Amino acid sequence: MSLASSWRTRKFRLGFVGEICPQCHAKLFPPRDICPHCGGPAKEPLAFSGHGTVYSYTTMSVAPRGFEGQTPYVAALVKTEEGPLVTAQLTDVASDEVFIGMPVEMVTRHINEEGDDGIINYHFKFRPELAAAAKH
Amino acid sequence: MSVMRPLRSVGLVGYGAYIPRYRLPASEISRIWGGDEEGTVAFKSVPGLDEDTVTIAIEAARNAVARARIDPVLLRAVWIGSESHPYAVKPSSTVVAEALGVGNACLAADLQFACKAGTEALQAGIALVGSGMAGYAMAIGADTAQGRPGDALEYTAAAGGAAYIVGPAEAGCATLEGSYSYVSDTPDFWRRPGQNYPRHGGRFTGEPGYFAHVLSSVRSLMEGLGRSASDYRYAVFHQPNPRFPERAARQLGFKSEQYSPGLLANEIGNAYAGSSLLGMSAVLDIAQPGDRILLVSFGSGAGSDAFSWLVTDTLPKRQSLAPTTRAYIERKTIIDYATYLRLRGQLVMH
Ligand SMILES: [Zn+2]
Repeated sequence: MSLASSWRTRKFRLGFVGEICPQCHAKLFPPRDICPHCGGPAKEPLAFSGHGTVYSYTTMSVAPRGFEGQTPYVAALVKTEEGPLVTAQLTDVASDEVFIGMPVEMVTRHINEEGDDGIINYHFKFRPELAAAAKH
Repeated sequence: MSVMRPLRSVGLVGYGAYIPRYRLPASEISRIWGGDEEGTVAFKSVPGLDEDTVTIAIEAARNAVARARIDPVLLRAVWIGSESHPYAVKPSSTVVAEALGVGNACLAADLQFACKAGTEALQAGIALVGSGMAGYAMAIGADTAQGRPGDALEYTAAAGGAAYIVGPAEAGCATLEGSYSYVSDTPDFWRRPGQNYPRHGGRFTGEPGYFAHVLSSVRSLMEGLGRSASDYRYAVFHQPNPRFPERAARQLGFKSEQYSPGLLANEIGNAYAGSSLLGMSAVLDIAQPGDRILLVSFGSGAGSDAFSWLVTDTLPKRQSLAPTTRAYIERKTIIDYATYLRLRGQLVMH
């Protein structure tokens, strides 16, 4: 991730901030310029609740560059409470503990870094809902 | 010197804890290094691969905002005390503020004073709100502490943090009665730039370090407020191990039922700047209106901040608005020494 794109997307990456369309009130994630539902301009930020369920997932055993030290990890499609499907890493969970429909919540975590002397990138991920995890 | 009090009464309007999921048992360290685990902690918390002081601070701070029920834009300061900020130069606090949705009209800074950095941030927050310069200020203590492999500190150096929002007393879950800070140049523990692990000054860590500073700050505070140990329902101390706080508490006249609820060291180790603040959050999770709480930090180098708090009728309404400290303690995955090395980034990948 370039410094410019990391900076530009900071609220989206760190705070899980999407948009709400001012015309048709559709909730959008990730944020974009044009509402895919009504075609109008979408500019109003909306902080998503961070709650959702696992819609689909896959275990990454061979990771892209920069993520080698994290395997095996789970990449998931999460169905947010607000509606949009979001692609994200799952964390604080072993791959055999994940199931479709698992309630998850957003956390902000370290995702990668630009070498030992570069910037550290933080990003939203999802983990099992804490309330449920504490019962195990 | 007199007890410190702000011009305007202040309180804690929100608080939140965070403890990583992984736990390393002391028996794993002694299995590898042949040391003696007697008298140390049973477990210490270990951060996951994707956790650091910033991510720990973010979750604790989100929990504090949830309990305070305020728009984060109202926060005029985000101050983080830690000895493990991810950057040598670049604030952790701006990342945390951005993640919370705090506005740009905000003070942000990282503080460093070994295990006392978090309560130093709290003192600063009290002063900022108490002077009328700000409506709300966030103070966080968070750490991912490291001990040299095989060193006594490796048993206890843990990870975790807690966040507090200081605001007007009328909105507080607990109001501040007064505080007292006591420091001196005592070389009990240090880490030079570029060094991975701290060193400690053997005999300095106990008597001239922990006990001299903790006992001085507490005695001055209680004398200044005209209080004795029996006035407090709870007493929370910095907890580098379970023994130091217990001994200090007893010397000050506190009984087990007063200091045990905030003594978490045996279950999670020493979360450094988060240590006493996590003990405090555990106590706030169970405290009732009218309870008086003593909070005492210690930081090597050395100093101690002592605070006297009175719980208000607001606290019970806030306790369940975010996960309790106990919920994080009980969310645990026991790991072995090899996994610990991996999580601490000790495996060479390239
Ligand atoms: Zn639309």
